[in-house]
Amino acid sequence: MASNATDYIKHHLTFWNSSHEGGFSSLHVDSFSVSLILGFLFAGVFAYVARNAKLENPGKLQLFVESIVEMVDTQVKEIFHAKSAVIAPLALTIFCWVFLMNAMDMLPVDLIPMAAQWIGFTFFGADPHHVYFRVVPSADVNVTFGLSISVLICIIGFSISAKGLGGWIKELFTAPFHASGPVGTILLAPANFALQMVELLAKPISLSLRLFGNMYSGELIFILIALLPWAAQWLLGAPWAIFHILVITLQAFVFMMLTIVYLSLAVEKH
Amino acid sequence: MEFNVTLLGQAITFAILVWFTMKFVWPPLTNMMEERAKRIADGLAAAERGKQDLEAAEKRVADELRQAKQQATELILAAEKRANQIVEEAKDAARTEGAKLVTEAKSQIDQEVLRAKEALREQVAGLAVAGAEKILRKEIDAAKHADLLASIKAEF
Repeated sequence: MASNATDYIKHHLTFWNSSHEGGFSSLHVDSFSVSLILGFLFAGVFAYVARNAKLENPGKLQLFVESIVEMVDTQVKEIFHAKSAVIAPLALTIFCWVFLMNAMDMLPVDLIPMAAQWIGFTFFGADPHHVYFRVVPSADVNVTFGLSISVLICIIGFSISAKGLGGWIKELFTAPFHASGPVGTILLAPANFALQMVELLAKPISLSLRLFGNMYSGELIFILIALLPWAAQWLLGAPWAIFHILVITLQAFVFMMLTIVYLSLAVEKH
Repeated sequence: MEFNVTLLGQAITFAILVWFTMKFVWPPLTNMMEERAKRIADGLAAAERGKQDLEAAEKRVADELRQAKQQATELILAAEKRANQIVEEAKDAARTEGAKLVTEAKSQIDQEVLRAKEALREQVAGLAVAGAEKILRKEIDAAKHADLLASIKAEF
């Protein structure tokens, strides 16, 4: 059982990699395709609703979409005071997409991997033991870092557009410590720059690792629960799944909120 | 923790999704919601205006009703007064007419009486003269005593 359990866990935690050797040029086909499908699902549903939006007598789907849009709009307006056409759609995309990716955790932990194994074995003659499919994209550091590095690029872009390239670079060397004379300024510049770099890099790292850690641990616990005897699984599985509904939503919300906060900090002058 | 090209793919997908949301999802939805909010505000304002209009109209109606009632009361009073006046006038007219009739009747009666008296006097005078003639046939010359006879006649 022990080696079986180890194998089971290992199998569940292995990505469907496009090349067996791995390396930087390989692709996690499972997390990439699932995130892509979910992204299209989000975009498709929202665009459909936006296209068919009715001013009067909106349908249930429209009301649902509107409530999400309203929530995001409220948060953006409360936190971000500058004018920007990008930030609200960005926040909406993050919230919905991250939520959908997290929600993959609610699928039965063996459902998709087993379906993938069956399909791989039946149609492609693959060895089921070497067919891997991890269905939660946000439990993949590549996915979370892909998001958070995009956010980092947005932060830098917002800073430059608000303060100008020169202003932003100047701020990198003169804040948070201000000196009165030119000598002091030059002396403090390295310290300022180091602190600014830490501040800048801590943002994407904390964003992505927070999401990744929550989703990875959630997935792992589901896998561990799946190792219990079947009659006892509900005892832990049900509470954890119910609790996880909160975690899924909360993590999507936190990712969105922190993005808005970081971007509003980026356009403010220190 | 193994970084590979998935990260890049995810970032590109993310950029496309954000662009798509910016272009096709966010503006139509928020515009529509703003339009709806505006329409609701307009509707509420219109309702408020309607309510005020209704109140004003009700007030005007009450005013006009009161005025009409007052006018009606005045008309009734005037009519009653006029009716009384007409009745009084009729009464007066009747009274004067009656009095006139009575006076006329009286004067007629008086005249009749006078005429009767006159006739009676004539007759009595005639009778007296005839009696006197019969008595005094021989002694009295009618032509001689005409003055006397006339004065006697006048005394009746």
